Amino acid sequence: MRIDLGDLGFDEGGHLLVKRALRGLSAGAELEVRGTSPDLDLHLGTWCRAQGHRVRAAAGAWSVAPAAGHGRHEDARAGHADASRPGAVVERPPATWGLAARGARVEPGSPDFGFTLACRIEVWSDDAARLYAQAVAAQWDPATAIPWSAPFELPDDVEDAVVQVMTYLIENETAALVIPSRFIARLHPHFREVMQLLAVQAADEARHIEVFTRRALLKRAEPGLSTAGGQASLLTLVQEPDFPIASFLLSVLGEGTFLILLRFLEAHAPDPVTAAVARLAAQDEARHVAFGLAHLRRHLAEDPGFRARLASAVRRRHDALRHTAGLNAEVFDALQLLASGSDAPAALRQGHRQVQALLGDMDTARQNNLERLGFTPEEAADLSSLHTRNFM
Amino acid sequence: MSDTLVLGAVAYDPKVVTIWDGFKAWFEQRGLPFDYVLFSNYERQVQAQFEAVIDVAWNSPLAWLQTERIAAATGHHAQAIAMRDSDQDLTSIVVVRADSNITAIEGLRGRRVAVGASDSPQATLIPLGHLAAAGLEPGTAFEVLVFDRLPGKHGDHIGGERDAVRALVRGDADAACLIDSNHLLFSQDGTLPAGAARVLARTAPYDHCNVTILGEATARMHRFRELLLGMRYADPDVRALLDLEGLKEWRPGRTSGYAPLAAAVDRFGTIESFVAGVAARCG
Repeated sequence: MRIDLGDLGFDEGGHLLVKRALRGLSAGAELEVRGTSPDLDLHLGTWCRAQGHRVRAAAGAWSVAPAAGHGRHEDARAGHADASRPGAVVERPPATWGLAARGARVEPGSPDFGFTLACRIEVWSDDAARLYAQAVAAQWDPATAIPWSAPFELPDDVEDAVVQVMTYLIENETAALVIPSRFIARLHPHFREVMQLLAVQAADEARHIEVFTRRALLKRAEPGLSTAGGQASLLTLVQEPDFPIASFLLSVLGEGTFLILLRFLEAHAPDPVTAAVARLAAQDEARHVAFGLAHLRRHLAEDPGFRARLASAVRRRHDALRHTAGLNAEVFDALQLLASGSDAPAALRQGHRQVQALLGDMDTARQNNLERLGFTPEEAADLSSLHTRNFM
Repeated sequence: MSDTLVLGAVAYDPKVVTIWDGFKAWFEQRGLPFDYVLFSNYERQVQAQFEAVIDVAWNSPLAWLQTERIAAATGHHAQAIAMRDSDQDLTSIVVVRADSNITAIEGLRGRRVAVGASDSPQATLIPLGHLAAAGLEPGTAFEVLVFDRLPGKHGDHIGGERDAVRALVRGDADAACLIDSNHLLFSQDGTLPAGAARVLARTAPYDHCNVTILGEATARMHRFRELLLGMRYADPDVRALLDLEGLKEWRPGRTSGYAPLAAAVDRFGTIESFVAGVAARCG
């Protein structure tokens, strides 16, 4: 094979053409290089020496014999970029694939990043790419999606109730941000779509924290009360080290319950800002629940025995929280006041019934989700009843 | 400890620790007890080899000549048992600015020539020897601007050459001496802008570092050499180390490529007193 560099020197990128020509060389062949750049002899010789190629001058040209084992085409591919191809997503990607793009050729000797979530069955869902695309398309801008300047004035105790509910939502959404973020750092990037989906979930939560904070501070200087019991409940979620179990507790049971709460808030919101933040947050939470269900269903299809571990995780969490207060009374009172719309006795009675109905709706939603994961109706009812009284 | 083969190397860069720690583990995995000692300068390392502090020395070409001559003076026999592929057939060049009116070596008469460290074979001794052989005695026929970075490290540190080239580009020098590979490097990284300089002269090919032993090779030294020559770039365990050390493969050592440096140090008397001093102490 021959290549003529013309007057292009190695100091201007001539080596790129030589490299490309060497890649196309058949085994045992040599490359004839010609060119008129004044330093070509010097630079070609130096470059070849550094690459391990042998070069000799030959009748107004140079002949390059590539180093033994030249080329990287023998390096193995890390699965395939397109997840739908057979073998694209492997069962246990080697640690030394590290941060490489899925499908890239990975040079041997790459370092071990120590990703501990590296087992397909624990993390993968074929729906992740679709849910990620949907999540990206559904991103909303807090500055324009919420009618922040809509005029309204609420009685002090109703405004206080809104602030208290927002205070509660903020700490719950903070847990929902921290949990996927911690798993992203442990997740093998081979499972790219799952990593991206968790990242966009964390971004969703960041936005929820922003709008709940902004609503809380719309008419008040500071948020309301954070209780020890509520935080104890969230700590059991944050500390769960097992991804599928954390996903089950957070996304399926926690966010599944939260979704009903946000819809309740939207329905009973005393002002347009509260209604909008609840509605938009609920849209995102529905997606989080869908991903949790999707990858757990896949996991359970491959390992039905995992269902018993999920059940025992609910029981374990219930036992851990047995001696805590659960949902703070301030939040319950606030929800009742919001549902009542006023402090007239008849309205309060009506509000109480609506909060009771909310609890029933939450229970039904949890049972439905549990049955989607293959639990019997009896198991679903039992496990749902053990769910934390803090909702999340 | 007596079974351990001890290599000496000069710490011209922090990466030296990474390289030899890596090689140490690789040798030990293959059953060769191995350790290394780092020196801050080659003269101390050469002396240590005659004092049997180290068994093998990873020597610069100047350190090789020092060792070879001390050995000759003291009845020892020095051998170069291995070298990198990238140590063979190097050249140094003398460059001038592209717009300079200097078109031949003779044109350097009365001018200023920038060089690297005073003990750098590639950036000082060999190119100055080349000019001297052409009839221009350094310091007499032309002024020498020495960029003496890290003396004792025999020019392993690139800084002196870079300073010499910068002096040329600035106009503080009329010519600069450097090794061929750094001409390409400086051309690519912008130290020497494309088209800014012209090659005025190029030396004959010469060889660079080698692994040196004194006397006959012991069984451990044979094993060490066999393992070195057996390292394969395709082996992920050593690829990164070979990249750091700048080679694709180890080759058997040869001593046929040191004549240009030997001629230069003979002409300039660079190592005579050091050789005589160590020979007197260790002879």
